[in-house]
Amino acid sequence: MIVEGGHYALVLALALALIQSTVPLLGARWRDPALMNVARSTALAQLLFVGVSFAALVTLHVTSDFSVLNVYENSHSMKPLIYKITGVWGSHEGSMLLWVSILALFGGLLAAFGNNLPLSLRAHVLAVQAWIASAFYLFILTTSNPFLRIPNPPMEGRDLNPVLQDIGLAVHPPMLYLGYVGFSISFSFAIAALLEGRIDAAWARWVRPWTLLAWIFLTLGIAMGSYWAYYELGWGGWWFWDPVENASLMPWLAGTALLHSALVMEKRNALKVWTILLSILTFSLSLLGTFLVRSGVLTSVHAFATDPTRGVFILLILCVFIGGSLTLFAGRASRLKQGGLFAPISREGALVLNNLFLTTACATVLVGTLYPLVLEVLTGDKISVGAPFFNLTFAPLFVPLMAAVPFGPMLAWKRGDLLAATQRLTAAGIAALSAIALAWAWARGGAALAPLAIGLAVFVIGGAITDIAERTGLFRVPFAIALRRARGLPRSAWGTAFAHAGIGVALIGIVCETTWNSEFIGTMKPRDTVDVAGYSLTLNGVVQRQGPNYREQVASFMVSIDGEPLSTMTPSKRSFTTRGMSTTEAALLSRGFSQLYISLGDSSADGGTVVRIYHKPLVLLIWFGPVLMAFGGMLSLSDRRLRVGVPKAAKALRGLQAAE
Amino acid sequence: MRRLLASLCLLAAIGLSAAHAVLPDEMMADPAKEARARNLSHELRCMVCQNQSIDDSEAPLARDLRLLVRERIAAGDSDSQVIDFLVARYGEFVLLKPRFERQTLLLWLVPPLLLFGGGAVLWMHTRRRAKGASDASSLSAEEEAKLAALMSADGPAEKS
Repeated sequence: MIVEGGHYALVLALALALIQSTVPLLGARWRDPALMNVARSTALAQLLFVGVSFAALVTLHVTSDFSVLNVYENSHSMKPLIYKITGVWGSHEGSMLLWVSILALFGGLLAAFGNNLPLSLRAHVLAVQAWIASAFYLFILTTSNPFLRIPNPPMEGRDLNPVLQDIGLAVHPPMLYLGYVGFSISFSFAIAALLEGRIDAAWARWVRPWTLLAWIFLTLGIAMGSYWAYYELGWGGWWFWDPVENASLMPWLAGTALLHSALVMEKRNALKVWTILLSILTFSLSLLGTFLVRSGVLTSVHAFATDPTRGVFILLILCVFIGGSLTLFAGRASRLKQGGLFAPISREGALVLNNLFLTTACATVLVGTLYPLVLEVLTGDKISVGAPFFNLTFAPLFVPLMAAVPFGPMLAWKRGDLLAATQRLTAAGIAALSAIALAWAWARGGAALAPLAIGLAVFVIGGAITDIAERTGLFRVPFAIALRRARGLPRSAWGTAFAHAGIGVALIGIVCETTWNSEFIGTMKPRDTVDVAGYSLTLNGVVQRQGPNYREQVASFMVSIDGEPLSTMTPSKRSFTTRGMSTTEAALLSRGFSQLYISLGDSSADGGTVVRIYHKPLVLLIWFGPVLMAFGGMLSLSDRRLRVGVPKAAKALRGLQAAE
Repeated sequence: MRRLLASLCLLAAIGLSAAHAVLPDEMMADPAKEARARNLSHELRCMVCQNQSIDDSEAPLARDLRLLVRERIAAGDSDSQVIDFLVARYGEFVLLKPRFERQTLLLWLVPPLLLFGGGAVLWMHTRRRAKGASDASSLSAEEEAKLAALMSADGPAEKS
């Protein structure tokens, strides 16, 4: 009953999406407010029905209804409740349902809170959203239906892939999807602007919060995925330049560029055509990511999504949406009028530079990810493009970009003074040089590039602090006044500072972890002791334990420093009987931002166990950086300016901006 | 979801347990040579895995390759000789960083071309717009006269 209900709700959602994708457009053409308002109610109703459908699937998983194929293949009655719920999006079908649920959620939010949008713009935007939704409902219903029944229900399920039975994976996919799918809003806005042939600064003001929201989720989602890989895959790597990772990085890079270009458009009414193009590209890359992962085109070893019918269907969706939107863009873009002029050295100029580097970086990832695929299709030759390629090409693009980051906020709109900006950044520059000297002295020579990279990171952080100090007049006016000014600063200014500092923080983590990482790989027997980076670790013993749906082998290590006992670490190896797979559960001990990392290997016949122990200095900064960036995004999102949709308020605020 | 898939691939490739790559018994006695072997291992692909270097992978093939790399190093090969040896045996597919060749021309050239090409386009665009703007601001003598006439005519007209 629940199964059929969920299925039927999904069909109804498709019907609603079809209405939503046509009727409001007719309404806009005939200037009929009633017809245009249909978009609002259908979007909300769609959210309701997809919600019902999703809730149905969750219920089926929780109650372990193995008469449903999807539940049978991905669940087990003994699985802990939390993983029964998160297992819903552990499978292809479930994750696609989550995808459309989030799409409907964004549509619903837009319908509910988009009251300050012009009626015809809202009608257009929601109609475009419904096109996307219809395509994906059709995809789910025809090729990936999660509500299929099994004629003879088995007694027990096949369990979820054990690596996915982890809290990191519980939260990671929804976050990532919120980001991916969130970019559909800016896409829909872009298409609506092209359809209407009208775009202005107010448009950017409406688009920016949605883009920002999506970007925050994507940032957190990527960071969380990276941390999960770090502790779950068992060798302490946190970024592998894997095609599936690249698939999420590309929209992030394009989305970051979009955030910055939308800013220029909002403030100065310039870069309109480019902003529209970026909106289209960002979501296209999200779709491409979905295609790459869901179609199984990357390799055949994927545990799921290898059915070619799915791949062809998604490829079709991809071609229609990307091709269609770019064609529309090519035809209509020239109608959009160019806005404000600016000198090359100006805030706008800096933001254009940012866009140039970010889009090039994005293109590099895109080419690197697709090149082996395309080459194999065209010539039959097989090559690999992996981490060493990306590290080599990505770094030269990011270094100048990061060096330019502190200058951007220091430059005035329209025409900036580079010399004055440099003078204001003197303190940050000095801090950076001291950091280089310190790092170099501390490492006693060693890697030459690492101290320079740390200097760069400190420069970025110093630049962010300088920006706030300059705006508040810190050190120039009495502290109380500076404090009052700090409170009065627009939240978006704080947001910028936090986000920019976040990149610097992440860079410090990346550099320290890759350069000064120490490791021990060896076989240990009980009561053996090894020294790693000043810590001594003693293996107390190895015991067997029984978990809810697995057996595990737990080793216990005594960690001490200078003879003082510090803590006990218990890495383990779990074997899951249903799937006959095992996972390593690394033990982590955080000391400040650094971590001690132990993972277990196989046991040998003579009672020894292969052990990997790593000391990763400042590794946590790698993820603390993105958290800071997301926090900056949230601050910016809470800025009053973004909540006020009425153009009048914008004028008043623009007056304030000029006084800065 | 992306990581999820990554892991699936890894697991599918590895088959047994989640990654444990270099094993103690494989390591070379000389730390300098071992470090070279590790560095080389990062650049070489485990060919039965999805995007994993032989240093990260636990597949039997990766182990064979690791041992092979160490064997060559022990035999006195330089880093590039080891790479050449492996490419001759397993093809370009074994390299995680493709060499700069006719086939991979586009791969290597896209980033610089895009950056410099994009920069050039922007530069020209700015110059053109700046020129257009300065052209627009300078009026012809005829326009100046017209403007002056309008201004003098406009003032009193507006007051009335």
